[in-house]
Amino acid sequence: MTTASSADHPTRRDFLFVATGAAAVVGAAATVWPLVAQMNPDAATIAAGAPIQVDLTPIAEGQDIKVFWRGKPIYISHRTKKQIEEAQKVPLSSLPDPQPDSARVKAGHDQWLVVIGICTHLGCIPIAHEGNYDGFFCPCHGSQYDSSGRIRQGPAPANLPVPPYAFLTDTKIQIG
Amino acid sequence: MSGPSDFQPSNPALKWIERRLPIFGLIHSSFVAYPTPRNLNYWWTFGAILSMMLALQILTGVILAMHYTPHADLAFKSVELIVRDVNYGWLLRNMHACGASMFFFAVYIHMFRGLYYGSYKEPREVLWILGVIIYLLMMATGFMGYVLPWGQMSFWGATVITNLFSAVPYFGESIVTLLWGGYSVGNPTLNRFFSLHYLLPFVIAGVVVLHIWALHVAGQNNPAGVEAKTEKDTVPFTPHATIKDAFGVSCFLIFFAWFIFYMPNYLGDADNYIPANPGVTPAHIVPEWYYLPFYAILRSIPNKLAGVACMFGAIIVLAFLPWLDNARTRSSKYRPLAKQFFWIFVVVCILLGYLGSQPPEGIYVIAGRILTVCYFAYFLIVLPLLARIETPRPVPNSIADDVLAKSKGRAATAASVMLALVVAGGLFAGSTQNAKAEEGGDTPPAQSWSFSGPFGKYDRGSLQRGLKVYKEVCSACHGLNYIAFRNLADAGGPGYSEAQAAALAAEYKIKDGPNDQGEMFERPGRPADYFPAPFPNEQAARVANGGAAPPDLSLITKARSYKRGFPQFVIDFFTQYQEQGPDYVDAVLQGFEDKAPAGVTIPEGSYYNKYFPGHAIKMPKPLSDGQVTFDDGSPATVKQYAHDVTTFLMWAAEPRMEERKRIGMQVFFFLVIFAILMYFTKRKVWADAH
Repeated sequence: MTTASSADHPTRRDFLFVATGAAAVVGAAATVWPLVAQMNPDAATIAAGAPIQVDLTPIAEGQDIKVFWRGKPIYISHRTKKQIEEAQKVPLSSLPDPQPDSARVKAGHDQWLVVIGICTHLGCIPIAHEGNYDGFFCPCHGSQYDSSGRIRQGPAPANLPVPPYAFLTDTKIQIG
Repeated sequence: MSGPSDFQPSNPALKWIERRLPIFGLIHSSFVAYPTPRNLNYWWTFGAILSMMLALQILTGVILAMHYTPHADLAFKSVELIVRDVNYGWLLRNMHACGASMFFFAVYIHMFRGLYYGSYKEPREVLWILGVIIYLLMMATGFMGYVLPWGQMSFWGATVITNLFSAVPYFGESIVTLLWGGYSVGNPTLNRFFSLHYLLPFVIAGVVVLHIWALHVAGQNNPAGVEAKTEKDTVPFTPHATIKDAFGVSCFLIFFAWFIFYMPNYLGDADNYIPANPGVTPAHIVPEWYYLPFYAILRSIPNKLAGVACMFGAIIVLAFLPWLDNARTRSSKYRPLAKQFFWIFVVVCILLGYLGSQPPEGIYVIAGRILTVCYFAYFLIVLPLLARIETPRPVPNSIADDVLAKSKGRAATAASVMLALVVAGGLFAGSTQNAKAEEGGDTPPAQSWSFSGPFGKYDRGSLQRGLKVYKEVCSACHGLNYIAFRNLADAGGPGYSEAQAAALAAEYKIKDGPNDQGEMFERPGRPADYFPAPFPNEQAARVANGGAAPPDLSLITKARSYKRGFPQFVIDFFTQYQEQGPDYVDAVLQGFEDKAPAGVTIPEGSYYNKYFPGHAIKMPKPLSDGQVTFDDGSPATVKQYAHDVTTFLMWAAEPRMEERKRIGMQVFFFLVIFAILMYFTKRKVWADAH
């Protein structure tokens, strides 16, 4: 593999090989990018995930509804006095994922609990008004959540997440 | 693949695996140490190019299948959504659609190379026949892939091609019903074609393995056509052939990228941007360019069964080539007569391709018959005869002698080969331009568009004015199904802000529901909503418009075209002209004349239009001066309206164009540099071999 020119200029030859190899690597990486990026949500899916508005007037005290936002079930509970008191009274030290009830509802709207109804264990949907804590019970692996959607018992590691939402009026919220 | 290898890895872990599965030895003997003739020219790099194309088609195809919906009602829309909404979806689709053409282009060169250098001759007959099988599988795969977008050409192509089987005596109709899965081409047909289109490439990959296996048993043929005898005749596959192939591949990618980024629709048919309609056949059913020669043969024979038999026979005859041509000398380089007949045959094939794209009338039919005879005569008369009467020139003693004899003038070879490739590509691709035969519409004048050429961009002002014209005039009758209000704020679009797009959406009433009471209701539009259709269904559109449903305008600039003719379409390939659609739309909008010229009768309820095929259009003159007022002081003339609304509709049809051309420039910049680097690397590696 030795010729006159390569023996005279070994470094120039190496540089050429390295440059070509580097260009090939850059090209391959740039090609892989769109092939992977296509798996992300497309523009129509993202646009369909826009905020939704929910009217709260039909929900009586003690009732809850399930709405869907970005394909996820959102529980909106109209809590009773008893449920609110229970949620506020629990000592934080006894909770696996300590969080006061006030951090999980909007100030002045204590009666409304809005949580994403997806068990933080492995993604099943907990059933409302079941379990020992006046909250949610996940039938898959027995996780129990209280009336604030906080984990109390079972394998789930965290509280039911609160989606981003705001009160537009006293009876209308916008989720997202 | 050439017998047991003495290769031993030094790494203990690899050694451990090698003793149990000698895969490294296999790779080493097949792709590293494998002796390859020293005198291979660049026509031999097409094997590597084809391997890459197969891999690329499978890769992009698997990805497209993640986003595609194989259902007669949803397929067309899902393809549009891939192009519009999926991240880099336009790129993946263009790669796959143009990739099919590039695949065939490369396979034709590969086949002609085999033909010229006698690569099918003893002991490579099985290798050649496996190649013919791959080619047949490719044709089946390509055909079924073309059906999947479910446009007009997809649907009618599927109808015509499946009907070929009805020519089979006795069982014909049953076979066709079996293929369709119904009384006609429909959803079951689409579903099974999708399934088979996914399956066959993997079958091709399997046969390619056999093809390479057979190649490595017999060894590669070479331009001299003499077998390698000593070590002086060969070089190791790696690095020599690997680098040379990689250089060939990088040049081919430049050619490929020209289509992907700048001419994605050049090889396609405008009619395929019209959703499949079982009630209307396009005026000219033309298959993809790579089937055209065989299509021409089919149409040349005035008998159904004989036509189909000849068409398939034209391919099957290739499998018998090793026995039809039993001349001792392999390479046509040393066969003065065979060489001339080879080139005549190439011309015959290209001419047949051209005829396949023309309407089957008059002189075209006669020419088609003559050329069909020529095609078969080459295989059945010329080659067997030449084997007896031709006196070949003496062949070199060895490959090494051949290399020494022509070590001069090598530098020019690579350049001339690449030049020939590009020109041949342009010519070959050009034969796709089908006959939108003159049906009595004048040729629209070519306009100057801001979006034409490699640096073209949409004129924002024109897009916004065009939207206004659409909203105030066109939208009364024409839908814009694939455009959502959010698109108005997309990069490369009319340049509105998201708030402006949302405000525009809110002006529209969108039907939604059902609500908790089970009723449909109307609400203000949101950015995610699409422009609402002016009519609830096609029947309503039809009855309100004198029997002709106004077409949706989302794709109109890509779904309309006109014949460019020879040699214009070849020039178009180099100038990247692809604005037939906008030129036509603009011309039709301005082509209304109050009085039809003498001799032209326009039926009741139709209007005379200079550029509309047949001149009788159901749409009354839509635009007149002063109808729409522009805020920016642009003239309120029909000419301006037509130009602006056409620009807007071009954006509606090709919303990712600016991104496409921008990324295309980057890719070209990279590929050219990479090809230059590869060229010099190849020269260094081969320095000692010449």
